[in-house]
Amino acid sequence: MSVKAWTFLFVALSFAGYLLIAWLCRVRDTSGFYVAGRGVPAAANGMATAADWMSAASFISMSGLISTLGYTGGMYLMGWTGGYVLLALLLAPYLRKFGHYTVPDFVGDRYESNAARLVAVVCAIFVSFTYVAGQMRGVGIVFSRFLEVDITVGVVIGMAIVFVYATLGGMKGITWTQVAQYWVLITAFLIPAVAISFKLTGQVVPQLGMGSALLADSVPLLSKLDQLHADLGFASYTEPFTEPWNKLNVFCVTLALMVGTAGLPHVIVRFYTVKSVAAARWSAFWALLFISALYLTAPATAAFARYYMIESLHGKSAAELPEWFHNWRRTGLILWLDDGDGRLAYYGERDASLAPRNEVFRGGALGATELADIEVAHQRWLDSGGAVGADGRTLLRTRNLSGPDQDIIVLATPEMANLAGWIVALVAAGGLAAALSTASGLLLVISSSVAHDLYYRIINPVAAEAQRLVIGRVVIGLAVVVAGLLGIFPPGFVSQVVAFAFGLAAASFFPAIVLGIFSKRVGTVPAMAGMIAGIGFTAGYIVGSVYGGMPSWCFGIGPQGIGSVGMALNFTVTLLLTPLFPGPSQAVCDLIETIHEPEDAGPAVRIEVAAEH
Amino acid sequence: MRDTRDRATVDVRDPRVVEAIGRYWRHNVRIMAGLLVIWAAAGLGCGVLFADVLNQYRLGGFPLGFWFAQQGSILVFVLLILIYATLLNRLDAQHHVELERIRRTAPGDSQP
Repeated sequence: MSVKAWTFLFVALSFAGYLLIAWLCRVRDTSGFYVAGRGVPAAANGMATAADWMSAASFISMSGLISTLGYTGGMYLMGWTGGYVLLALLLAPYLRKFGHYTVPDFVGDRYESNAARLVAVVCAIFVSFTYVAGQMRGVGIVFSRFLEVDITVGVVIGMAIVFVYATLGGMKGITWTQVAQYWVLITAFLIPAVAISFKLTGQVVPQLGMGSALLADSVPLLSKLDQLHADLGFASYTEPFTEPWNKLNVFCVTLALMVGTAGLPHVIVRFYTVKSVAAARWSAFWALLFISALYLTAPATAAFARYYMIESLHGKSAAELPEWFHNWRRTGLILWLDDGDGRLAYYGERDASLAPRNEVFRGGALGATELADIEVAHQRWLDSGGAVGADGRTLLRTRNLSGPDQDIIVLATPEMANLAGWIVALVAAGGLAAALSTASGLLLVISSSVAHDLYYRIINPVAAEAQRLVIGRVVIGLAVVVAGLLGIFPPGFVSQVVAFAFGLAAASFFPAIVLGIFSKRVGTVPAMAGMIAGIGFTAGYIVGSVYGGMPSWCFGIGPQGIGSVGMALNFTVTLLLTPLFPGPSQAVCDLIETIHEPEDAGPAVRIEVAAEH
Repeated sequence: MRDTRDRATVDVRDPRVVEAIGRYWRHNVRIMAGLLVIWAAAGLGCGVLFADVLNQYRLGGFPLGFWFAQQGSILVFVLLILIYATLLNRLDAQHHVELERIRRTAPGDSQP
């Protein structure tokens, strides 16, 4: 069977499985729709949280990112896992005890203000939409790369699947589908990692293999990588703080990602779905344990693939190049523009004398015809000895397209390790599982933000149960369509904005929620002022430096890390203003007291009781 | 009315209950603060601030600072949540027992 046939089979089987689960888990009330009837066991919720969290970017791009950045890539690993500690210790048990449906619910009730609720709703919707657009795009890309269908067709298929299981099953359907998706994606990630580790070091545990000696010349893998990087003009793989990533910037980005993770609404809402406060704590543990299975393996895959790529490409002639190189060359993820000697040269930008001799590039956002034109002009330039045509290397280098696309690391690892075609197909199914699971979780946040927080809590508080459920389903349907359109016509800024969503979450939600839980003194006005100052500063700085060409005037901190400063500003403003304004009402103080004593399983505030499960 | 069970049977104005709740909360905050210090030390400390210093040492084939940034910190994070969940769920159980004892020794059901 060909790789393509296997891929069709795996994708069809996994999609059929997701739809079956959705049918078995269909729900009839808002409690089931928004929080799965609070009946999800801790381990299953942890697994669903893990799948929810690990997006197409984690699955496909993160290893490649680490592979390119070396030590600095660790800031993503630490940031995206360290946030769970904050979540588990500072937020999850208390929000579970509080017992509403959404994050804006907590902000609105704790600060007794519909304005605060509205700010939270807007933040939740903004963060979720920027995120979900990337996921839908991811679905399209996986389809187009593995099944050679158009990206648009891929996005539409993905939309249809998510539409069915999200509207039918709500949070309950999404949770159990995500459990299945976790297994698909983690299997697809671990098998190639184990195989390439065994091939290069003889170690079956990739995390140990990464620190072992290579079978080829018994030098430790990481020392060998450092050596290769130094020889070829790349930044050192293991040494920290190479420009532009100085210590302050790495620190700020790591902190912003940690705090942003803890403030992301689609992650927080998962802890509303478990049975009790104790289960919320265990759920956070299971979630991070399941996430760490991928996050501890990704840096190993990164190092193995990095070494293997340099070794099998640099200095090789066309006949000696491995097969995966020729396969992926067609997709534009990796390009070779020779200088005429017939041997591939792969150099980094660090060494000014070597950089112009680099021959490995990627297509990036360039269209197929544009790329073909560049390659034809380059060939003419070579044949004529520089008289006609144009040097494609300079052209691509000035467009910042040196080196292969980072996605190739995960996509091509199975082929690098000479694995069978069905495992390559499994990676395709895994990438789709990662993208779909995250997309569905985000869509539910959008649906609950609009249908519950905006419609039921602000516009029409007397809405009947059945009516609210219909609104919830309609909104999730609309959100799927909008997300799909964003995936088909991606606004150019999506990839940048996703990273900034963390900064905004860090600067807005996190301080408001933490102070709301731990302080009985902080009142409405200081909290609102803090949120507005935090978001305003962070958003202004990001927009200014990305689009306005503003220099990084705040101690040289780049836009990715500025959320840390925004968060500090939020805390400062709130705490400075607190003594000047009245604290919360007695009712809210009582509410905080109940949250502080999380020994009871029920909700602290009685919400309209939905049908029992 | 499952959610109001404890409130209904334990008198929150009883000074012993107030004291028990205060003790529970202080204990909780202490555990949390301790674990957060380790969190910051492992992730932001060993993984970022001291990574260049730690890289002078090696752990097997890994430079130590690099290992903390890409492996060690994540392992510490998982352990921290495990410890937190175990300690807090045990603290919850103790707190329950204490409230139960106070309720049993309460001077009659008809509080003023």
